[in-house]
Amino acid sequence: MINLLINDQKISVKEGTTVLAAAKELKINIPTLCNHDDLCVAGNCRVCVVEQKGARTLIASCATPVTEGMEIHTNTLKVRNARKHVVELLLSEHRADCTKCYKNQNCELQSLANEFAFGEHVFLDLVEDHNYTIDRSSASFIKDDSKCIRCQRCVRTCSELQFVSAISVANKGSHQKISSFHNRPMSHVVCTNCGQCVNRCPTGALVEKTYIDQVWDAIYDPDKHVVVQTAPAVRVALGEDLGYDPGERVTGKMVNALRQLGFNSVLDTDFSADLTIMEEGTELLVRLKKALVDGDKKISLPMFTSCSPGWIKFIEHKYPEFLPNLSTCKSPQQMFGALAKTYYAKKRNLDPSKIVSVSIMPCVAKKFEADRPEMRASGFKDVDYVLTTRELAVMIKQAGIDFRNLEDSNYDSIMGDSTGAAVIFGATGGVMEAALRTAYEIVTGREVPFGNLEITPVRGMEGVKEATIKIEGCVDAWKFLEGAELKVAIAHGLINANKIMRLVREGKAPYHFVEIMACPGGCIGGGGQPIPTNIKIREKRMKAIYAEDLHMIRRKSHENPDVIAIYKDFLEKPNSHKSHELLHTHYVERDNY
Amino acid sequence: MENKGLTKVDIIFEKIDPKAVLIKAYKMTSAEIIQDMLDSGLKGRGGAGFPTGLKWKYTAAEKEPEKYIICNADEGEPGTFKDREILDRVSTKVHGGMAIAGKAIGAKKGIVYLRGEYRYLLPKLMIELDSFHKMIKEIGFDFSIEYKMGSGAYICGEESALFESIEGKRGEPRNKPPYPTVSGVYNKPTSINNVETLVTAMMIINHGAKNFTQYGTKDSRGSKVFSVSGDTPTPGIFELELGMTVQQFVNEFGDGDTKAVQVGGASGFCVPRKKFAETIIGFEGVPTGGSMKLFNSSRSMYNVLHNYLDFFNEESCGQCTPCRVGCQQLLKGVEKVKKGEAKSTYLNELMKLADSMKIAAKCGLGQSVGNAFKSIVGNFREEIIY
Repeated sequence: MINLLINDQKISVKEGTTVLAAAKELKINIPTLCNHDDLCVAGNCRVCVVEQKGARTLIASCATPVTEGMEIHTNTLKVRNARKHVVELLLSEHRADCTKCYKNQNCELQSLANEFAFGEHVFLDLVEDHNYTIDRSSASFIKDDSKCIRCQRCVRTCSELQFVSAISVANKGSHQKISSFHNRPMSHVVCTNCGQCVNRCPTGALVEKTYIDQVWDAIYDPDKHVVVQTAPAVRVALGEDLGYDPGERVTGKMVNALRQLGFNSVLDTDFSADLTIMEEGTELLVRLKKALVDGDKKISLPMFTSCSPGWIKFIEHKYPEFLPNLSTCKSPQQMFGALAKTYYAKKRNLDPSKIVSVSIMPCVAKKFEADRPEMRASGFKDVDYVLTTRELAVMIKQAGIDFRNLEDSNYDSIMGDSTGAAVIFGATGGVMEAALRTAYEIVTGREVPFGNLEITPVRGMEGVKEATIKIEGCVDAWKFLEGAELKVAIAHGLINANKIMRLVREGKAPYHFVEIMACPGGCIGGGGQPIPTNIKIREKRMKAIYAEDLHMIRRKSHENPDVIAIYKDFLEKPNSHKSHELLHTHYVERDNY
Repeated sequence: MENKGLTKVDIIFEKIDPKAVLIKAYKMTSAEIIQDMLDSGLKGRGGAGFPTGLKWKYTAAEKEPEKYIICNADEGEPGTFKDREILDRVSTKVHGGMAIAGKAIGAKKGIVYLRGEYRYLLPKLMIELDSFHKMIKEIGFDFSIEYKMGSGAYICGEESALFESIEGKRGEPRNKPPYPTVSGVYNKPTSINNVETLVTAMMIINHGAKNFTQYGTKDSRGSKVFSVSGDTPTPGIFELELGMTVQQFVNEFGDGDTKAVQVGGASGFCVPRKKFAETIIGFEGVPTGGSMKLFNSSRSMYNVLHNYLDFFNEESCGQCTPCRVGCQQLLKGVEKVKKGEAKSTYLNELMKLADSMKIAAKCGLGQSVGNAFKSIVGNFREEIIY
């Protein structure tokens, strides 16, 4: 243990602890900006400087490990002056049009300005000296360099968490900026649109592209029938933007709020998540049969899940030779979209051209996904507008809804019923667990051999998880799988996806089925979720997801009555011709810039 | 205050038998070499002046088997051109200093990080390095040197940015600690020394530490190669004993009308005429990596300052706030004051900003922008305003 003094208070901490963390233990708050719990130390904003007795300069508390006998003062005149200067310098480079900014009141620079730089600013405005650009090329987000404070959180996120490095630091001195390969627009680089940078940007430099006004216009258009679907992970995070602590489940209130906002029908992506299990599970079993029984060498294994559009774009850019390994299933959002303007329209006797399909997603990559040219199976744009969890919270506030005091409400019918297997799609390992619950039962006629259906080996925050399920006592149709060991793997965060892909490329991956989610923790940590994010927050959301599962009456996708009905009335059977038309897709190879 | 006067010496470029010196070093233990450096009082010749013996001692103490000795030849300080001359004329002494340092700290690998603009020296250096490698192999050294080229960024002369550059990354300073002696290039214990320091180290082995301490003052031992430029009839490279005053220097090199001397380049200090007599060139007064720029009365100190600030604006890596934005503010600020668009009292705010940069910037670059700014504005305020 290392002993030191901070503001004359004694403390002992473990070796390697930073001054910042030691101060935190003493409940001494040191402001930070470039620091982020999920990322490596940068030490470049210099907001967290403190005075160390005997040192020639101030030290960055986030980047300095404690040493024996150290004496730290966090609030001397020298420190205050330097900090005030740092904040004012940042503001002088920053287009501070706060009232127009999407991040107004949720901006870390603004909070610091309120503390350290209120009143007259000493320094000259440098904004006009910079040739700042706003890049709106991405379907998912906007990159506004005039708001950027060069903290490099986004750069670290893109390389450390996602192994993508679509953005990096370019130029030096006053020309230094966060840029892409050869300054290409974000739509023309390896960016996966995962939005993890958006989640960690302390200012409004990286924000999602919002479609709030377009959705309001649709809602108020009497000619339009507006349906909304809500992704599994939204219900365990929306509360954070509406005054709740992380990990609060607000499903019923959310449904009620959506109805009050004026959506004509409030439906659930969980329905199409269950449908995905039927389609994808069947696809896996068919692939296994063709490969193991028929000896078909063209069958690509392992099969990868395809729910996460950030992951899809990652593999399209970085491992295009493995596109045949991707499940051809569309994501639940797009399955829902295709059915909303076909099956739902037919059932409700609606003109599909009058249907506006909106989805609420924990994701910004879903905005890109909805724009893909492949996603027009219904003859129309299957999903018209994708809103993030954050955008929904904005709409609820705009409408003046007293969210906390709303009664719980239930989803509408036809495509609103769901199971616990669907809701766990929101957490890493969830798709795998849901698929196993159904596939195992199809093959053996029995429930998965795990207490309470909780397949614990595929759960948790470990970056790469592996599990082996021995298949025994098969029903006649699946006898060929008797005694087989189904090997599965799960990765979340693209850096972990890359670990698996490397193994696959080297021929060292023994898996049959691999679930990959682009975001840390899965969709609960998605790029469209409330800000801030960190491992504690994500763990709370994950806990809530599994609580939601336990709370459901049905917990296996094949038992979802709306799913049973759609196969009976419309799709016939999983992987039918109709299913292929509406629910399956293909992928494209992309360049690696 | 000790004042040694101005004495020209010839140590760095002195003709020696390098093989004999290296054989002598080869027979010494690591501890003996380090003790010689400590006894000599040698401080780094790049400008920062960290005691070389201590640096080697700390690196030697690290347990890690793989260590590096790096020769910092990214000579980028405006007005410094002595390392180029040293490499051109006595590269074997540079390489020899590295082999000795390698022996002292337990490193088998040396890297010379050569300034991009000095690429033209490379063919000759490669030939000389070849015969050097043969020579030390004969003696018995298990040591080899390779060259890495810089690409023109001033910041890559900062030791940790230099490591990043060698590793193929963007040249940005790292957080310290850990210091290079613990974790330097490739995260291995590294001793990084200036070109001239390494030559001096070899000459200390040759002449003995005691001999070295006869030169210079208590705080600034030995002699130093100066790069003299500006308004002088005799620009060039001069090796001088440390401990002279700026006045004595100006008497020798000035054109009779010297009004200021910029000691230590853009990151150094401006000494005005009225302080020539009282200012010692060395670590007790104004330290320098060798750059000595003389200005006569025809020069506008506003232009001098503007030039330096322009330089820093361009050469800051841009990573940390105080340096990236501070440099822009200082530059734009003096421009506004000069044009009468800001009050002259605004200079006081900029002086405070320079103080903050000095203590809050991440690396030596940002921390030393204030040196030139404060000493020029402090001494020539009227030239900045009018």
